[in-house]
Amino acid sequence: MAVLVVAEHDNASVKDATSKVVSAAKAMGGDVDVLVAGSNAGAAAAAAAKIEGVRKVLHADGATLAKQMAEALEALIVPLMANYDAVLFAASTTGKNAAPRVAAKLDVMQVSGVIGVEGADTFVRPIYAGNAIVTVKDEQPKKVLTVQPTAFKAAGEGASAAIETVAAPSGPFKAAFVSEEMAKSDRPELASAKRVVSGGRALGSSEEFNRVLEPLADKLGAAVGASRAAVDAGYAPNDYQVGQTGKVVAPELYVAVGISGAIQHLAGMKDSKVIVAINKDEEAPIFQIADYGLVADYKTAVPELMDELTKAGV
Amino acid sequence: MKVLVPVKRVLDYNLKVRVKPDGSGVDLSNLKMSINPFCEIAVEEAVRMKEGGGGHAAGAATEVIAVSIGPDQAQETIRNALAIGADRGILVKAEGEIEPLAVAKILKGVIEAEKPDLVILGKQAIDDDANQTGQMLAALLGWPQATFASKIVLQGAKATVTREVDGGLQTIDVELPAIITTDLRLNEPRYASLPNIMKAKKKPIDVKAPADFGVDTTPRLKVVNTAEPGKRAGGVKVKTAGELVGKLKEAGVI
Repeated sequence: MAVLVVAEHDNASVKDATSKVVSAAKAMGGDVDVLVAGSNAGAAAAAAAKIEGVRKVLHADGATLAKQMAEALEALIVPLMANYDAVLFAASTTGKNAAPRVAAKLDVMQVSGVIGVEGADTFVRPIYAGNAIVTVKDEQPKKVLTVQPTAFKAAGEGASAAIETVAAPSGPFKAAFVSEEMAKSDRPELASAKRVVSGGRALGSSEEFNRVLEPLADKLGAAVGASRAAVDAGYAPNDYQVGQTGKVVAPELYVAVGISGAIQHLAGMKDSKVIVAINKDEEAPIFQIADYGLVADYKTAVPELMDELTKAGV
Repeated sequence: MKVLVPVKRVLDYNLKVRVKPDGSGVDLSNLKMSINPFCEIAVEEAVRMKEGGGGHAAGAATEVIAVSIGPDQAQETIRNALAIGADRGILVKAEGEIEPLAVAKILKGVIEAEKPDLVILGKQAIDDDANQTGQMLAALLGWPQATFASKIVLQGAKATVTREVDGGLQTIDVELPAIITTDLRLNEPRYASLPNIMKAKKKPIDVKAPADFGVDTTPRLKVVNTAEPGKRAGGVKVKTAGELVGKLKEAGVI
């Protein structure tokens, strides 16, 4: 069996998610190759070749792949599938965008958001925002999966797989990139951060959200997240949203400040190793899943926490 | 411009999900079913294209057609779309679980018959969370797609769409006809008024079958088991920030 993993990368480097999806692919058994599709992505291809357990890297480079748009990825990947039994994408916005196009062209039903691999054809995935977990058997001749990277450990590094060049699709395609506005931050990326500090509607305004959470995040070297309620209220930008319809995170430490704990939020963070909740409402559902709950007003609790962290040498 | 909006009937988003004790699935008996929230956003956007609003000129869309694939009761979901302002409905009657691939194939058939210029769908249904149908449909039709849309600007033969992507926003142009899938922040759907609900009852709904489009809806994936998620045991309450920091040190996370 041969499995193709579509790399998550920014042309210069591969994201952590790639290595985690490689782990999922290895759990299926067989040979694992990684596809790096990009523009001037030689450095990313070289990084992918170092991931433990990778047989070889396919590197497709060209202007049509610069933004990894779905139409171009479909045109690239569908013919490659003659050599593979399965293709795995990360369940990122890039992967979610492209994978179903590949599946439809292969006449295959996709398995989305895989959180467990129980052999070559049996996969575990959440439905209903994580309120139910299904195990599905996929006996189709070709398999197309999107994988939730946070559910898998990163494969190690140190391999030196061969890099093979494959031709980029020529296009033109009927969708064209115009512009992008990426949030700029010195903080770690939310989806892969080891620590996350998240705020909810209790913060009351975007000024308060930043005033309270940013120093704490800086102190912990954490990414900043938000509940959907805080995002909908305009306290935090869209890409901060943790939850079913936002990002799924599983850091070592998740600190929820003024978040009540709606099911849709819990679906996005309940796999965190240690969850801390600070909320003045003792009945807030977040306390039912928090490892450590502090019933207190964030206005006093967060400054105290900052002081105690300083005392503890953090 | 003709706009087609597929809509799905799902368990109401306010209701608690109950897994059947025998692991055979989720218990939907006697529970309220509603239009999938992302589909409702898609209907609202299409209707704004017709009525004007949300940055669209009135008359940008000339007709809005709501399509649902499901049991008889999916007519209610179509009526819901008609009450928001869609003009007519098509029900493709099918029982049981219809996977996104089969849905996309049926929709392709509907689209070949109706020839819309634009198809707007929800980015995912809140029951199976698959996030596949729009993209699959685009591939089957050979159309461009703009998924996870938070803003749509129609400009003649193209649409400029702002998409919510990891890390920020991306803007792309798609040539029409195209597939657009909606994210939460595209718009806030209206509450249908009573007169519009009454009016919706008189709007026509055409009934079809998957076989009319030559589609076999037999599921490709076998669901072996459905389980409750692993319960995370609640932990302890700490009294002070100092105690909290102590616990975090013990746990080795700071």
